[in-house]
Amino acid sequence: MLKYANPTNFLALAGRLIPWLAAATALSLGAGLFLTFFVAPDDYQQGSSVKIMYLHVPSAWLSMMCYVIMTSAALGTIVWRHPLADAAQKAAAPLGAIFTLLCLVTGSLWGKPMWGTWWVWDARLTSVLVLFLIYLGLIGLWQTIEEPAQAARAAAILTLVGVVNIPIIKFSVDWWNTLHQPASVFKIGGPAISGSMLWPLLIMAVAFTFLFLTLHLMAIRNEILRRRLRRLSIDAAHAEEKSEATA
Amino acid sequence: MRSPLSALFWRELRIARSVGGGGAMGVVFFLILVSLTPFAIGPDLNLLSRIGPAILWIAALLATLLGLDRLFQADADDGSLDLLLTAATPLELIVLVKCLAHWIATALPLVVASPLLGLTLAMEPESLAGISLSLLAGTPALTMLGAIGAALTAGLRRGGLLMAVLILPLTTPVLIFGVSSAAAASGGTVPFHIPMLILSALSLASLAGAPFAAAAALRARDA
Amino acid sequence: MTSLLARDLCVDRGGRTIVKNISFDLRAGEALVALGRNGAGKSTLLRAIAGFLPLSGGRLSHTGAEAEIPLPELSHYVGHADGLKSALTAAENLAFWARMLARSDETPSPSSALQRVGLKRLADFPVAYLSAGQKRRVALARLFMAPRPLWILDEPATALDIASQQVLAEAFAEHRAAGGMILAATHAPLGLVDAATLDLGSAPADLGGNA
Repeated sequence: MLKYANPTNFLALAGRLIPWLAAATALSLGAGLFLTFFVAPDDYQQGSSVKIMYLHVPSAWLSMMCYVIMTSAALGTIVWRHPLADAAQKAAAPLGAIFTLLCLVTGSLWGKPMWGTWWVWDARLTSVLVLFLIYLGLIGLWQTIEEPAQAARAAAILTLVGVVNIPIIKFSVDWWNTLHQPASVFKIGGPAISGSMLWPLLIMAVAFTFLFLTLHLMAIRNEILRRRLRRLSIDAAHAEEKSEATA
Repeated sequence: MRSPLSALFWRELRIARSVGGGGAMGVVFFLILVSLTPFAIGPDLNLLSRIGPAILWIAALLATLLGLDRLFQADADDGSLDLLLTAATPLELIVLVKCLAHWIATALPLVVASPLLGLTLAMEPESLAGISLSLLAGTPALTMLGAIGAALTAGLRRGGLLMAVLILPLTTPVLIFGVSSAAAASGGTVPFHIPMLILSALSLASLAGAPFAAAAALRARDA
Repeated sequence: MTSLLARDLCVDRGGRTIVKNISFDLRAGEALVALGRNGAGKSTLLRAIAGFLPLSGGRLSHTGAEAEIPLPELSHYVGHADGLKSALTAAENLAFWARMLARSDETPSPSSALQRVGLKRLADFPVAYLSAGQKRRVALARLFMAPRPLWILDEPATALDIASQQVLAEAFAEHRAAGGMILAATHAPLGLVDAATLDLGSAPADLGGNA
């Protein structure tokens, strides 16, 4: 494990893993979408609009999982000051923002036929919106601080402060009376959802997870290469200085 | 051959887009301001849809003004402002072009984002169209008025807050007619075009006048 | 421009007269070095001549074919700040200033100006990656991007190494040979041959040793 903490070894490992992960993503996403559209039944109340669930719920899970991964990377940055942790943090923020946006947009599209409105200011929706804002703030922080190691430490601190929002999102539907329905898959006493809907949902969740892992690995790889390019450019600028001075 | 002003325009856009330019942060700030309001006044959708135009306009006002404090400050810090003073191009035109680039980079995204945010405030479709149109017509006035404040405070160490204090009172007419044209779009006694025309007049007047005031302020800067 | 005439220039800052009754003549091909201890008002004088500060007294005039053009538009100013945007490349910065400062449409390419200051290969690097001395050299390369008769230079050799100072001295000689004028403030010798000096008070005279 420690061996892959070296960025060069990591690049080699990522290069080998990414094709397999991409293939797994394509397979599971294909299967999931097929099940969603052709196998999963329409809801007796909601009709076919229930199928938005197969996008909405996995993106909601991923929006939080991404934050948890980013938090562990932030710990890696603060405790070990490891460049790989910095890259993992930076790569996760835009992905998290995208999954959260996907969750908000699909939720909004689902809410219009179900609740008669695009948006309500209840605890679940609001706390997810706050998560989106935290992701945007992190992206802004990454873009503003030019020195990568300094940006990583600042982002890590903000990430760790923002982690209080994650349990609030998870338990908002239990703590407050909301329009949003309570958890139906991960709850005490087993899932409250019929198997014909549960299976497509789980496969979509697996597909989204593979998608996230693929994109995250690719983004980490890009970030490592971008850092190298930056360092080489600065070195080259200074080396050039010497050669032209002696010429 | 490109003229000096188009060179300036593209340079400004490129800087706004680049690292630390803060072009996108204005929209995020706008989004945060809009989503804070329901926390403060409660999630009653009827109430929110009634005051939605006001919320969006106040948020756009603050997002525009707070983004403006770097308009001349960055150039004052790195010495570009001195060099621009030695150009043959009149400073008034330089101010106007900088404002135009700044408006495209920061205010235009607010106009585009406003209908989406209006949805979260349960606003009606006519009202959404009204708010976008009124922001499109009114934000140039905000940018130009803000440019006067930015020019007055360029080179001051803590100019950001002072600039808002100087300029916010001057923006009241824009706010009044902006909100009333957005409100008129969703019904009411006043036809939509009347506040809209006044709003456009305010923008045109500030486009004509503000560059002179801002350029005078930049020249008077004791640096 | 054939000559620059300054008579009894005074500049006030913060209620204090920093520059008092300065007079000098500068003709085509000449150079003038302002000397003085810190706070003697060298920078203030240069900034006033460049048009950034108002004169509180005295008269500044120029003669020659361009007498009707305001003096700032005939001047290059290189001050403590480099006037470069760190997000843009060196070449982009120079190309912008060429468009902004040149009177004609024909400007030299940024890479030839950068070559003169020994930074040609760094043309496409963002300025953020350059060192302080390299940034200063990009700022000085601006002098070559637009022909302007008067160069106003405030401590131009700051952060420059010996080789770059040599390049600067050559550029000065070339500019003066073509009828240009140089007005500089400095603590260090600039390599300006037979430059007149302007003492702004309580300066050790031997700093004028521009051999």
